[in-house]
Amino acid sequence: MVEFALPRNSRITPGKRVSNAKGAKRAKNFKIYRWNPEDGQNPHLDEFEIDLDKCGPMVLDALIHIKNDVDGTVAFRRSCREGICGSCAMNIDGVNTLACLKPIEEVKGDVAIYPLPHMKVVKDLVPDLNQVYAQYTSIKPWLQTQSATPPDRERLQSPEEREKLNGLYECILCFCCTTSCPSYWWNGDRYLGPAVLLQAYRWIADSRDEMTGERLDQLEDPFRLYRCHTIMNCTRTCPKGLNPAKAIAEIKKLMVERH
Amino acid sequence: MSNGSRPLSPHLQIYRPQITSVLSISHRVTGLGLAVGTLLMVWWLLAAAAGPESYARAAGFMGSFFGLLLLFGWTFALWFHFCAGIRHLIWDTGYALELPKVYLGGWIVIGTSVGLTILTWIIALIAW
Repeated sequence: MVEFALPRNSRITPGKRVSNAKGAKRAKNFKIYRWNPEDGQNPHLDEFEIDLDKCGPMVLDALIHIKNDVDGTVAFRRSCREGICGSCAMNIDGVNTLACLKPIEEVKGDVAIYPLPHMKVVKDLVPDLNQVYAQYTSIKPWLQTQSATPPDRERLQSPEEREKLNGLYECILCFCCTTSCPSYWWNGDRYLGPAVLLQAYRWIADSRDEMTGERLDQLEDPFRLYRCHTIMNCTRTCPKGLNPAKAIAEIKKLMVERH
Repeated sequence: MSNGSRPLSPHLQIYRPQITSVLSISHRVTGLGLAVGTLLMVWWLLAAAAGPESYARAAGFMGSFFGLLLLFGWTFALWFHFCAGIRHLIWDTGYALELPKVYLGGWIVIGTSVGLTILTWIIALIAW
């Protein structure tokens, strides 16, 4: 359902302002979305002024600096800090990306940081990913076969067949694309979204997988696949430079070809 | 702690407008505009069928400043929806989905629909 306005309990109120940049040569303001499940308040936007000479170059470095030295209650996910785990996906300066790959200097003016859009918030910048994970499970993201495994070797693939998986297997499931998609915002209960559809195509395109027909059957649905209206926000935002919109277009083409 | 009380993170309110989403929503809005514009055309045709008096009234409205403004908007909506529609057809064949081509295609759609709108009006005003 299309609902442009935020529900009453989700409207953002002004928050506190903390400066930790006394005598700083390079001060920068970070506006961070906060919501505490325990205080019964609406979400608010806290402002932290920090000294960029006291932290690393990326937005994640600034968040870690704020958490360590300014306000230990700021909650966010992070792990690898090098763009391979997908934990620190969030909306920075209006676009979804990984905080660890986003240089602070790319943001002019204040750095506004929100959780991934149109998601239930667990705390501060931590969104609830249960729904997207359940959708990911629904496409059975593993190799499915009917023929017997060769007794003496693996299921082999030619270099050309392997080549088809390039641009698909690299997805780290950060869900930047899915949560940038207006179609997913309005129909996320039934539309699978770009990340999950890219993964669905990853298995459809795999020459070793023998359940292509069943996979396509499962996707052939007005909502699961066809809520994609080629808006292209997904491809625009992917921090790994992948192209979910193209993968979805390939699935749609296969649908047409098999009829 | 139930999930129901969790807030929804902001979406439209904070997402930066970009050529991808702006052209997509414009395609929809111009589609709506075309539906409204078609009503205008139906009125014009009905008026023509109903006789010289009612036709003069319809033609008078469309020749007024407000009427011309509506027609100009309708012309742009028509050309924009036409060009963006072709872009969607190309996408459906699996082509031009790479980001640089998406941007190039977007600007081509904007440029072509503005150009065709102006051309249409130059021809219309000469013929008028």
